[in-house]
Amino acid sequence: MTPRTPVREQDPQERARNFKEVCLGYDAEEARREAGRCLNCKVPRCQSQCPVHIDIPGFISALAAGDTAGAADVISRDSSLPSVCGRVCPQESQCEGACVLGVKFEPVAIGKLERYVGDWAIAHASRRHVECAPRNGRRVAVVGSGPAGLACASDLARLGYEVKIFEALHKVGGVLVYGIPEFRLPKEDIVAREVENVRRLGVEIETDVVVGRTMTVDDLLDREGFDAVFVGSGAGLPRFMGIEGENLNGVFSANEFLTRANLMHAYQEESDTPIFAGHRAVIVGGGNVAMDAVRTAKRLGADAVIVYRRSEAELPARVEEVHHAREEGIVFRMLTNPVRVLGDENGWVRGLECVEMELGEPDASGRRSPVVKEGSIFEIECDVVIMALGTSPNPLIKSTTAGLETNRRGCIVADEDGRTSRPGVFAGGDAVTGAATVILAMGAGRKAARAIHDYLTSAPAEN
Amino acid sequence: MFKITSKRELAPRITEMRVHAPRVASSARPGQFVIVRVDDEGERIPLTICDYDAAQGWVTIVTQTVGVSSAKINSLEVGDSFIDFAGPLGRPSDLLDLPEEELKRTRVLFVAGGVGTAPVYPQAKWLSEHGVRPDVIIGARTKDLFTYVEEMSRVADVYLATDDGSAGFHGLVTALIEDLIERRGHCYDRCVVIGPMIMMKYAAQTTRRLKLPTVVSLNALMVDGTGMCGACRVSVGGQTRFTCVDGPEFDAHQVDFDEAMRRQNMYRGNPKTDLSRHHCECGVH
Repeated sequence: MTPRTPVREQDPQERARNFKEVCLGYDAEEARREAGRCLNCKVPRCQSQCPVHIDIPGFISALAAGDTAGAADVISRDSSLPSVCGRVCPQESQCEGACVLGVKFEPVAIGKLERYVGDWAIAHASRRHVECAPRNGRRVAVVGSGPAGLACASDLARLGYEVKIFEALHKVGGVLVYGIPEFRLPKEDIVAREVENVRRLGVEIETDVVVGRTMTVDDLLDREGFDAVFVGSGAGLPRFMGIEGENLNGVFSANEFLTRANLMHAYQEESDTPIFAGHRAVIVGGGNVAMDAVRTAKRLGADAVIVYRRSEAELPARVEEVHHAREEGIVFRMLTNPVRVLGDENGWVRGLECVEMELGEPDASGRRSPVVKEGSIFEIECDVVIMALGTSPNPLIKSTTAGLETNRRGCIVADEDGRTSRPGVFAGGDAVTGAATVILAMGAGRKAARAIHDYLTSAPAEN
Repeated sequence: MFKITSKRELAPRITEMRVHAPRVASSARPGQFVIVRVDDEGERIPLTICDYDAAQGWVTIVTQTVGVSSAKINSLEVGDSFIDFAGPLGRPSDLLDLPEEELKRTRVLFVAGGVGTAPVYPQAKWLSEHGVRPDVIIGARTKDLFTYVEEMSRVADVYLATDDGSAGFHGLVTALIEDLIERRGHCYDRCVVIGPMIMMKYAAQTTRRLKLPTVVSLNALMVDGTGMCGACRVSVGGQTRFTCVDGPEFDAHQVDFDEAMRRQNMYRGNPKTDLSRHHCECGVH
């Protein structure tokens, strides 16, 4: 068996000082070679493990035959953001984790191949014909321009709807622009061009509209004349630990830290937005957001440390991010839990008081739950602490939309196809599931688009 | 793009602008704020809404030059545009929740200082439109620094205080609060204080002693202004709250002002925000 085709990456020493993309991706020859490794299994386990069931053997065999356009067509049946998902999906626990080759050898680099096809499609988008049904005179409003909203909007536009996306921030892309750093997902070359493709379908996008404040969901239906609304407002509300000292100067949510860097470009001198990573930054958490924050702090010149209460095996972050972080010199302190942020006489962070943990019995999630080691209290000296403990949905829409059911975690209640408790109001992505993945949000947006189409074709138009 | 349709200087370094922003204007309520951005490199800056007209689609903001971003805002001229003007954000003033009958009986004292005077105006105006004429104390270091006195006098009984005695009461606003209540026998059910953090802190101490329920409008640092970043968190009665979505108005007697002031200065001295260290060619300094 030929070994997995290695992917070119920026040198770790070099990239730890810049914000350019870490992974350089395959070229045509490498992609074709890697595609040739696929066994084209009769029962493709990779496909069943893909949250949106992309025909993975189908696109790979087109690629192996040198038909990149064909590969792009295959993927586009199920995914509208391959260049994004190829970069940020947790492939090791989805498609690649199920690849038969992975049993004895290394799995096919499905993510890298998807990225190659997605990037090719972006580069050739203007020359490729997209089939759009004629305008049917019905209008749909989409709240939020993240993966769920973009996917829902493009499918509806193809079905002939007049679609308008309302975005609260000044830039389009949601978590793709404010959350995921440039070094993992380039904003101009990838996100902006994906957005451009959505616009090319006739989708209109208005920024600076905070639904729940500027307008309510009911305003969209009653005053603005939309026939249906899709809510893809994400999960943007940061969690804190609730420990002493969390409001000291130098303690940030990962959301704030990453928004300053990603959305506001605070790492660039020309940007007016300040950012402070300190001499030593401790990031609390073990997910992708924690990895993004710690690697951003490193790039801003700080000694950057991850503190996580479980062990390495339980890290929820993608394996590749952890691997990249280690290569870049990030220090990992596992089985460590903060109990107090320590401040100096001016109210700035001077350290983080932690306890050592050990793994006990498995908890509800099946992971062994960490318990405190008696008498293990110790201090980590630092001047910045960043909390990356997860996020929950923003309550703005819930609190301003009568009759919209939410659960106790503040997530909008919606069925498989995105129908909420309000007729004509659909929802999907993190706003429904709580913080999850780009591909799940994209998939939910597409399902909701079909449900909206069903709803509007069964309901008579008001004329 | 959000075009500036009029501009005037209210006092040295304090400028009022009327901005065409029909969506914000049609939803704005007293007590809310907007987030603006001047250009592609610009910060997202929260500014309290000072006046608005839904029918004509304009919103008024008042900005004091204190750093790079506020200097950029004040360098804009009529005909220029903000690239972003998002809002209205935050919760409207609690006064709007009062039942009509209770509102009519409510005696309100506003205490305004510095650039905080303009944001008091929409609240006082709203009260006067609802048949309640409030008292408004406006404080300034010296008489040349007063803003919005004329507008305010149309909707409220105005009491001026200057540190140097150049106009009105000679002394701090806290002394004037005591003077009105303890010596002149004014009675109030509620007090709203908007101004520099230090003024709000001491005014809150005074009204706590006088047992006058008081709210303050906090001007915390923010990035998104929609509850995403948590930069604006403030301790109120021992609980952490977000100024952008839980506020900007909070019970003055519960706010940890020392923490709020410390957090407000988090980036002081940062070369990006500190005007004195900034060497650009924007022509405003």
